[in-house]
Amino acid sequence: MNGRKIGEVVLDLKNISLSFGGVKALQDISFNVLEHEVRAIIGPNGAGKSSMLNVINGVYRPQQGDIILRGEHHTNMDSYGAAKAGLARTFQNIALFKGMSVLDNIMTGRNLKMKANMLQQAFWFGPAQREELEHRAKVEEIIDFLEIQHIRKTPVGRLPYGLQKRVDLARALAMEPQILLLDEPMAGMNVEEKQDMCRFILDVNDQFGTTVVLIEHDMGVVMDISDRVVVLDYGKKIGDGTPDEVRANPDVISAYLGASH
Amino acid sequence: MFYRENGQFKTSYKADQQAFAIPQDRWAIVAIVAFAFIGVPLLVDEYMFRAILVPFLILSLAALGVNILVGYCGQITLGAGASMAVGAYASYNFLIRVDGMPALAAILLGGLMAAAAGIVFGAPSLRVRGLYLAVATLAAQFFWDWAFLRIKWFTNNSSSGSVSVADINLLGWTINTPTDKYLFCLGILVAFSVMAKNLLRGNMGRQWMAIRDMDVAATVIGIRPMYAKLTAFAVSSFYLGVAGALWGMVNLGSWEPAAFSIDRSLQLLFMVIIGGMGAISGSFFGAAFIVILPIFLNQMLPLVGTLFGLDVSTALVSHVEFIIFGSLIVFFLIVEPHGIARLWATGREKLRLWPFPH
Amino acid sequence: MAFFLETLLGGLMSGMLYSLVALGFVLIFKASGVFNFAQGAMVLFAALAMARFSEWIPAWLGMDNLFIANVLAFAVAVVIMFIVAWLIERLALRYLVNQEGATLLMATLGIAYVLDGIGQTIFGSAIYKIDVGMPKEPVMMLESVFEGGILINKEDFIAALIAALLVISLSIFFQKTATGRALRAVADDHQAAQSIGIPLDRIWVIVWCVAGITALVAGIIWGSKLGVQFSLSTIALRALPVVILGGLTSVPGAIIGGLIIGVGEKLSEVYLGPYVGGGIEIWFAYMLALVFLLFRPQGLFGEKIIDRV
Repeated sequence: MNGRKIGEVVLDLKNISLSFGGVKALQDISFNVLEHEVRAIIGPNGAGKSSMLNVINGVYRPQQGDIILRGEHHTNMDSYGAAKAGLARTFQNIALFKGMSVLDNIMTGRNLKMKANMLQQAFWFGPAQREELEHRAKVEEIIDFLEIQHIRKTPVGRLPYGLQKRVDLARALAMEPQILLLDEPMAGMNVEEKQDMCRFILDVNDQFGTTVVLIEHDMGVVMDISDRVVVLDYGKKIGDGTPDEVRANPDVISAYLGASH
Repeated sequence: MFYRENGQFKTSYKADQQAFAIPQDRWAIVAIVAFAFIGVPLLVDEYMFRAILVPFLILSLAALGVNILVGYCGQITLGAGASMAVGAYASYNFLIRVDGMPALAAILLGGLMAAAAGIVFGAPSLRVRGLYLAVATLAAQFFWDWAFLRIKWFTNNSSSGSVSVADINLLGWTINTPTDKYLFCLGILVAFSVMAKNLLRGNMGRQWMAIRDMDVAATVIGIRPMYAKLTAFAVSSFYLGVAGALWGMVNLGSWEPAAFSIDRSLQLLFMVIIGGMGAISGSFFGAAFIVILPIFLNQMLPLVGTLFGLDVSTALVSHVEFIIFGSLIVFFLIVEPHGIARLWATGREKLRLWPFPH
Repeated sequence: MAFFLETLLGGLMSGMLYSLVALGFVLIFKASGVFNFAQGAMVLFAALAMARFSEWIPAWLGMDNLFIANVLAFAVAVVIMFIVAWLIERLALRYLVNQEGATLLMATLGIAYVLDGIGQTIFGSAIYKIDVGMPKEPVMMLESVFEGGILINKEDFIAALIAALLVISLSIFFQKTATGRALRAVADDHQAAQSIGIPLDRIWVIVWCVAGITALVAGIIWGSKLGVQFSLSTIALRALPVVILGGLTSVPGAIIGGLIIGVGEKLSEVYLGPYVGGGIEIWFAYMLALVFLLFRPQGLFGEKIIDRV
């Protein structure tokens, strides 16, 4: 890894607890994310990984705990607030806007940066058009970066799964986020697609310096690309550290091998 | 053969983001609009204007408003008629209560009032969706039905909410013949369609569609559901309000609240379903269909009846109309949820490739 | 006080009738996720069939026993409603499985139009009578408690009784029979029910049949009260706020919601109406439901909705 320098703590999660009715999805979880690092969250099914991501970007609000983003408390943040604070994410079950083209999907990621008001947009010529073209140019850069030029105008519903995942990533990147949350970016992909996706994630991290938090099932991938790993099981944190440390952790081994609980 | 894009290359994003990126489309639209302004008035008679063209234009505008909300933003409404009523009565009040109020200004102000009302009654969309929202919009429908019937101030103390206006005047042009009415409505429709197209291809339209397709994901990428939904309600109601004002002051001349009852709301929804949800052209197809079908049935059914020696009453015709509307709605929802506009688009797609099928 | 009680009771009685229509909504929504806007059209259709056959049957058979005519007409109307239910499932609903709620709602609007059209083509569009021998004369009650007593319509009272009976028998059907269990299973999860071998299409036909019967009962009661005419089809619109208030998936919700709306409408019309020009019944119920929605989007007894990503 060249040029990239891991920095200070950007995101600090303290004692997060979340429950739905009687179900405790997350119990007293704390961990932090350093600037420019690739941080993985792993764990068996139902461990609370997606809930964790949902807490970080404000889709769910934890009953207890504190989210500190660059030294500021963001505990009551909703997902719009998270977007404004520079968090972007992709979804486990692709959540693209299926009635829109690839280009339009990615353009929605620019929404927070577009300022023309409704009247200007209704008349098009002038500020609205200028703005639209500026952002289009930016979006085209991302399209080039992710190598999806050929499907620009295709409705996303018609795309194969692997490409949809890539468009999902493109939309998140269009927000120019500081922290990128990826929910199982490689689930259901074949080896080739996985390799591509790994390359994109590392490139994003490398070129734009974007901090990446990702959930992934493929252990090989996780161990290869992440700097530090946090392990959840049944809503509790059972391990945290570099891939090698985690691999050696007896709790983690027993959780994955299904040893006695 | 002629409808092909070979050899047309866009050299800038600007060219690629035009309203109609394919030159043939652009010329076709210009030709249709020019024909509508110049050719039609030379060709058709007064009956045609009064019975078909003027209602078609105004209902197209209204359907466009409904389509923005239902087709593009995914918020169902059964209260479209109420927005038309607010537009009609508000512009009426501006016209008679403010001295020297220009008619066009009164119509636009009526639209703005409708937009304000639309925001108020659209507010529940922030908490509820789908079926529950449909009920919330019905609340608006029944409330305004009642208000214009019972609150005398709105109707300048006329009985049973019926009001009438003199021929309206636009910068010295008195709009009284059917041809005048046609041209006036056509001008407004063209201007409003262009604005709709601009909104829908830009950031506003993307926000609406994002909310329609997946609202949770939309919030996550920084679209405020409140802003997107309320603007959709406002713009949609504005269009409906202007259409309502035109319907009252230009098409009818005198009207009562029943002109904008729940039947009107349902009719507008049907236009959008049959014409095509999420397509501007769908609004025109739907309006044309709903204006023409009853006239067609009225002419045809008695003829068919006499063939079989049956006496077809007007009541029967209206019942058959119900059956046909109903079946078509179910048919389109099952077979082609994007309506006539999608059939049209599929045909065009074929034409683009013709004569090479692949 | 007596006047207040009278209004209250009147409200409760008409509320019971709303509950009856609302019940039809809830049954279908629970089992198929369809918000059946055609319930009102079904009420009209059923009432028209009942009214016309009770006229035609005596003429065909050349007899004039009102009771037998009514029983026969009722039987025929039941059969007709079953056919309608079967046709709706067969021609429309089975192609719309798994569509969004709003699409289904619009489809039932279409069905409502078709039913209105066909019903009036076959049965005619004038005003017809249903005479099932409901007593029309009012009775005085509680004369010892209040001066002048309170006036109650016997007809309303019987209607409320029938409605209550229907609700009870439906609850028994749902809770105690095998079909009822299958219905509840389908309501919980289509796919899971299907995978354990519950035939989805048959269940839906049954649900629509049951809804057809509630429509028939509601049609007879309303029809004998107000006459069978086109406006009957709009009582669905009156019952809509009821289901919103009660929650779309709850049978007790439909009943309690109906009572609340019935009472609310009557009280508002009597005590509030005169100040604002009257006629507020129709939107008052909606406003009540709307205000309610804002605080409790899932209704009084509905299930809480959790968003998942």
